[in-house]
Parts: sequence; C-alpha cells; structure tokens
Amino acid sequence: MNDIKKTDEPTPALLEVKDLAVEFDTYGGVVKAVRGVDFKVEQGKTLAIVGESGCGKSVTVQSIMGLIPMPPGRITSGTALLRGREALARDTIDGKKIRGAEIGMIFQDPMTSLNPTMTIGDQIAEPLQVHKGHSYRRAFDEAIRLLELSKIPEAGKRAKQYPFEFSGGMLQRAMIAMAISCKPSILIADEPTTALDVTIQAQILDLMQDMQQETGMAIVLITHDLGVVARMADEVAVMYAGKIVEHGAVRDIFYRSAHPYTLGLKEAMPTNDPNKQRELKPIEGSPPDLFSAPAGCGYCARCPFAMQICDTRYPDGFFVEKQHSSCCWLHHKDSTRRPEELYFKGNDL
Amino acid sequence: MTDLVEAINLTRYFDLSRNQRVHAVEKVSLSVGEKEIVGLVGESGSGKTTFGKTLVGLHAKSSGIAKFRGETLPQKYRPADFQRLAPKMQMIFQDPYSSLNPRMTIGEIIGEGLKLHTSVSADSLRERVAEWLEQVGLKADHMSRYPHEFSGGQRQRIGIARALILEPEFVVCDEPISALDVSVQAQVINLLGELKERMGLTLLFIAHDLSMVRYVSDRMAVMYLGSLMEVGKADQVYFSPKHPYTEVLIGSNPEADPELEQKRPSTTIQGEIPSPVNVPPGCRFSNRCPKAMDQCHEVTPELINLTDVDRQVACHLYN
Repeated sequence: MNDIKKTDEPTPALLEVKDLAVEFDTYGGVVKAVRGVDFKVEQGKTLAIVGESGCGKSVTVQSIMGLIPMPPGRITSGTALLRGREALARDTIDGKKIRGAEIGMIFQDPMTSLNPTMTIGDQIAEPLQVHKGHSYRRAFDEAIRLLELSKIPEAGKRAKQYPFEFSGGMLQRAMIAMAISCKPSILIADEPTTALDVTIQAQILDLMQDMQQETGMAIVLITHDLGVVARMADEVAVMYAGKIVEHGAVRDIFYRSAHPYTLGLKEAMPTNDPNKQRELKPIEGSPPDLFSAPAGCGYCARCPFAMQICDTRYPDGFFVEKQHSSCCWLHHKDSTRRPEELYFKGNDL
Repeated sequence: MTDLVEAINLTRYFDLSRNQRVHAVEKVSLSVGEKEIVGLVGESGSGKTTFGKTLVGLHAKSSGIAKFRGETLPQKYRPADFQRLAPKMQMIFQDPYSSLNPRMTIGEIIGEGLKLHTSVSADSLRERVAEWLEQVGLKADHMSRYPHEFSGGQRQRIGIARALILEPEFVVCDEPISALDVSVQAQVINLLGELKERMGLTLLFIAHDLSMVRYVSDRMAVMYLGSLMEVGKADQVYFSPKHPYTEVLIGSNPEADPELEQKRPSTTIQGEIPSPVNVPPGCRFSNRCPKAMDQCHEVTPELINLTDVDRQVACHLYN
C-alpha cells in the first residue's frame, strides 16, 4: 500500500497523505478513528475536510502534526509526505521541526488552547525563538508586528496582556498570528470559527484568505459548516466514519454530489434560495460505532439507497469525473440503481 | 391574531460592584401571537437568553411588563406563581449537558413537572413519561437510565419532553440546536415542528443560526446589545433587511452555495459587540454602524412601524 515512488507526477503536491490509519486503545477496546485516508494539498489552495463530530477529521490532521498522544494512540499505516519528506516517521525526523515551522495550526476553542499564564506576545514569540533562533527582544517585536497583521488594534499594548483579557474573536486572531509566525507552508485550521458569532466568523475567514493571498500558504480547513466550506474551499473531502467518502472540487461537491452522505448533509440544512424551498430531511440514526469498524460502507445503515453489497464490502473510490471520486457502490459499473438525486457519469475506475 | 405573550418595555439589569450595571435587556417590547413562532436572533451577548428567561419568570424584571393572555405577570415570581404559571410557560435550554441533573434518572427528570403540578398516580405518571419518551423518538425503557448515557441529540430530546409533558401553551426554546451536529439538528427541528402542529404550541425560538431561524419562524426579531433592532416577517427580514445591523448580520451568514459565496463582498463591519456595562447614550450599534449619522451617537432611536412594509425598525434612517 505504501507506494511513495510517484515520480512521474508533474507537480508534486505540498502535502500528500496516503492510506493513513490511526487507532486508539481505550478501556472499551480499540477505536479505529481513521481507517485509511488519502488526500493531497496543493500550494496556495484550500482543502476543506467536512463531516459530523466523531468522523475522524481532527484525528487525521492531529496525526500529521504529531499531536496524537502515543500511547494510547497508534498510527497503524500510512505516509504523509511534506514536500516529499516523510512527516509521520518520528524516529527519523523530529516532529517539532515540522510542527509550528512548516505547518501552523489553529484550534476550535481559542480560550482553552492558549496558555493562560503567558502573555499573548510571549506565546507568539515562542515559536520564533524555538524555530528561528530569534532573541526574546526580536521575537517579541515580531509578535507585535504579527498582531498588527492580524488586525488587532493597539497591538503593542495587547501583546502584554493575558488571554483572559481578550474576547473570543481576538484570541482567534492571536492564534492565527502565532500559527503563521514562522511562515508555514500549510495552515491547518480545526473548526476555527465554530465558537464564534457570524459577524466575527466572517472577519476571521476574511483574515485567513488575506493571509493566504499574501503568503501563498495552503489551508486545510476542518469544519462541519457547509456555508464556511462554500466560502473558503477550492477542494472538499467529505469524511464519514474514519474514511473519505467523497472528494472533489468545491463545485462538484455542492452541485454534483455523488455520495449519499454528502447529499444527506446538504438536505439536512435549510437553504435560503427561494427557488429551492423544501422540508429539512434529517439523516436518521447515528454514525457507526468505531470499536467494531463496519466491514462494508459505514453509512449503509443510514443510507436511503443502500444495497445488499453495501453491508459486507467496502466500495473503493470510483471516479465520477477526473478529479471527483465517490466511495459508493452505486457508482460501480454493474450497479443498476441510479437515484436521480445523485450525480452519475461514465463511472469506471 | 391575538397576542398570547406580550412584553412591554421589558428591562433586566444585573448589578455589579462599584455602581456598575449590566444592561442585559433594555426596554424590549415584543409580542408573540397565538400559535406563532417568533425567532430571536443576535450575536452572543445581545441579551437573547436573558430576555427569554425574564419572560418566563426565571429572572425578576427590573422594570417593564410581561403579559400572558392579557394578564400582567408578577414582577418577581414567588413559589406560588411558579406553581400556577409553570404548566403554561416552559423553557427548553441551550446546553443539553448542563441542563439535566446527572443524579436523576430520565424518568424522574421528565416526570418531575407532572408530579409537582398534577395529582397523577405513580402508575399513570410512568405511563405518561413512557408515552413522551416515544413521542420524542426515544424508548420507554430508557426511563431508568441517567443523562450521561445519552448523546447530545438524545439529551436535547429529553429536554424537549420535560418541557412539553405539561402541555404548556408557550415555550421558550433557547438555542435548542446549536450544540448539535447538522444531521441531528434537522431531526430536532422536525420534531419540534411536528409537536407544534399537534399541540398548537406558541414558540419563542432563540438562535444565532440565521438560516435555521428563517426556516423555522413566522416572524423574526433582531436584538443587539439588549435592544430590539428590527421585527418583521421572517422571510421579509431575511431577504430585505432594513436595519443596518440586520444587513450586516445576514451579510455575514455563509450560505452553502459556492457560486454565491465567492461573489460575496468581504465583511463590511469591523470590531466586536461592546460590553453591556454602562452603555453610552444613542443607538447601541452606532459605533460599528457603517451608516451612522451624528444624531445616532446622541439620541436612542425608538422602535417604529414602517408605513410601506409590515416591519418595525429602531433606526434614525427611517425617521
């Protein structure tokens, strides 16, 4: 599975994750949180990973960042190549060199992810001291500049304050300043605006887009809000029960959904398009228990189009179009069902 | 339509030390007609929850009047008032984790209201609880379990069953879905809609998800820093907002449509909601408002009826 010799590709992706699988030992047994995930991130592009809570979005990116506590966590298979270098092999490459320097990360809850006993300025200066070897003085001045860049008013005064003196939106700006301090090539944003109001959310998303345009970094955005995805993403990977079930350009995912789960997510949300007024259609049931990972498709118990094979065999990716794949048996060339809600095309692998 | 619940200049302060005062809700006048759903939106810290709680008597009123079926409700509820009014007015709380007592079984939690307000026998109490568990999509044998054994969506259903078992006429739903996943949100919303139809409920639906509020409610009220900014038919407010704050709020709401989103201009509003402690005179939105005029910083605009559309707006632009 681990074939990493893809030298014939024209432009190597910035980050290429292949067959990543992560599990955790718990008292209840082994949880297979991520069960074989592949994706690529291109320079200057935004990849959104979408899914409900518990589908493995956060574990996927945390394992790339080396933030999975091991034990109880365990990366059982997979590679993550950052500019062609292995990022997962901790015994050869120190994760600290990648974390913070090459990949910056911002988290969902800014209140609990910053250190309450350090001033904001010191926290932003810390990665600069560690990775760039700046003196404290120089790093602190740089921190103030970064705060200004993140549009925090009175940055000089704010840098000497503690997290409790900041509002949620301000903290998220400070966290962005910290994440981009070492000019990373990838910014991972794990539900960056879930805890914020819509007006503040819009400001933070704008800030992330401005930063991306300035520095050309790639963004991996994890969210469950399809509105945020529509606004930010170039590419979308929809995750369910530890696997990516549909992957494609943002327009493919929204206008030509090819997986029943993507369709389900869309129909569970109200639309504000007056031409498309309709009832909300909830996805009945709940996601499968990952203690005993399902043999077939994890979604089949909730899927309105489920067939016999779905329960027993996992469908590998079928390409609906060149850059658009869906893991669903309906797209197999021998499948006779073609629900009209879903998008189909010549669907051989 | 007759008004079931009416708030007239309802105000709630919280006193801090050193003559500081939080103006959580200030002179809010809002009526909810019979069998109507009114959505209340606004950023966090705008006083939505405090307004809901003051309306059902969980906070005492600092000033102003709340009426239920024309009857003026007491300024501060005594135990006898709760005993009398709780069967008619109920509340569903935001956080399904902290609003259920972890030491009580689900049966005790849901049945408590019936036990306190009616004289049912233990047998029929169990029957009613079992019936309600099934109505909200849970199983009757869940009765002996404890809250920690349930997921967020299931707990929210328990909260709904607890509020509705007394068959109230008016229910305040305080962000009933914001803690839930998208697919579960739709389940809870559809459940509320079904129960509303069947029982003829009147709802005040507090939320910050604008698309959901527009979908659910008949009328929409927009609140900012303790004051009402705009009230009107939900669709009309959403698609043609009059107040600059409503415009900003709706303009920031991302839609699940990439083509629409990528054409959208970037945010027009800077800054954050100020602290509600010792608010300055004038319109509360004036320091962030893109259309602020001189008088906005001095004179507080009243909520006025617009003549050409069915809408109430508190803004000097329409004077």
